[in-house]
Amino acid sequence: MAEIKVPVVRNILQANERLAAANRKRFDEAGIFVFNLMSSPGAGKTSLLEKTVDGLADRIKMAVIEGDLQCSFDAERIQRKGVQAVQINTDGGCHLDGNMIQIALESLNLNDLDLLIIENVGNLVCPAEFNLGEHEKVMILSVTEGDDKPSKYPLMFQLTSVLLVNKVDLLPHIDCDVAKIRERARQINARQQVFEISCRTGQGLPAWFSWVEQKVKEKKQN
Amino acid sequence: MHELAIAESLLEIVLEEGLRHNLRTVEVIRLQVGALAAVVPEALTFSFEMVSQNTIASGAVLEIETLPVVARCSACEVNFEVENQVFLCARCGQPTLELISGRELSLVNLEGETRDDDGGN
Repeated sequence: MAEIKVPVVRNILQANERLAAANRKRFDEAGIFVFNLMSSPGAGKTSLLEKTVDGLADRIKMAVIEGDLQCSFDAERIQRKGVQAVQINTDGGCHLDGNMIQIALESLNLNDLDLLIIENVGNLVCPAEFNLGEHEKVMILSVTEGDDKPSKYPLMFQLTSVLLVNKVDLLPHIDCDVAKIRERARQINARQQVFEISCRTGQGLPAWFSWVEQKVKEKKQN
Repeated sequence: MHELAIAESLLEIVLEEGLRHNLRTVEVIRLQVGALAAVVPEALTFSFEMVSQNTIASGAVLEIETLPVVARCSACEVNFEVENQVFLCARCGQPTLELISGRELSLVNLEGETRDDDGGN
């Protein structure tokens, strides 16, 4: 028996990273664009998906993986639009991980798709740490959450390439300064593209659709 | 509470290394966690205590070193510590996109006792 010190140096999340890389390989082989949609609860993820389906389903073949703590309301909302939606119930788990996506992929034929959207569990903290194999991370912040949020959730803002500022139709009624959101977000991640939208009125959505369409086109060409 | 998932991944690696190095017990686990990582050390410690019960790592102490967020300005070619989540170069004020440290979530080393059949090494 002896006391020993063992140098290890390993990434704690390496198991998830391996699964995410395997998922990514499958997405790339199928030539599809995949983004991971994250926000706090109630910011409008499912509403954005409904609008995105309405705006793009006539020319882009898409499917949705819905992550939720419980119930399948969100998947049903998407399925009513005639788009394939796979539900993952995390049973209280606060984020999706690479393994859950791998299992969900068994129900999808990627070769029939151009676009796969993964709607993460509503949470601005935990999902940021877990790669799923997606090409881009996209976040929604609704104006009712307040303009101080970028500083409170820096990792989420650091890692996402798109920030959708939703519910801008409510701006006349609340104290939220979108310029402040933009400024704080830029200090954390100057690469992040910002779209101001309202899923209720449709304001700003065409620019978001163009972004998605462009990404889908790039993946098809590769 | 994704610290629980992180604790489970950590335990898996610790048990794997324990087997490889013939450890009977693991007493200290040293980690490096970047300040930008979305991990609360207390929550990770608590979660690890829970998941490690009845394993060789039960009762192990988690020593967590927090690493600062350091970014690099490619224009000035300097590294600077990011404070208050402002990723702007302290010298030229330009936004930086290159992170040097701050996102670590790494196991660095383990301390423990080897088994008797290890020949006393």
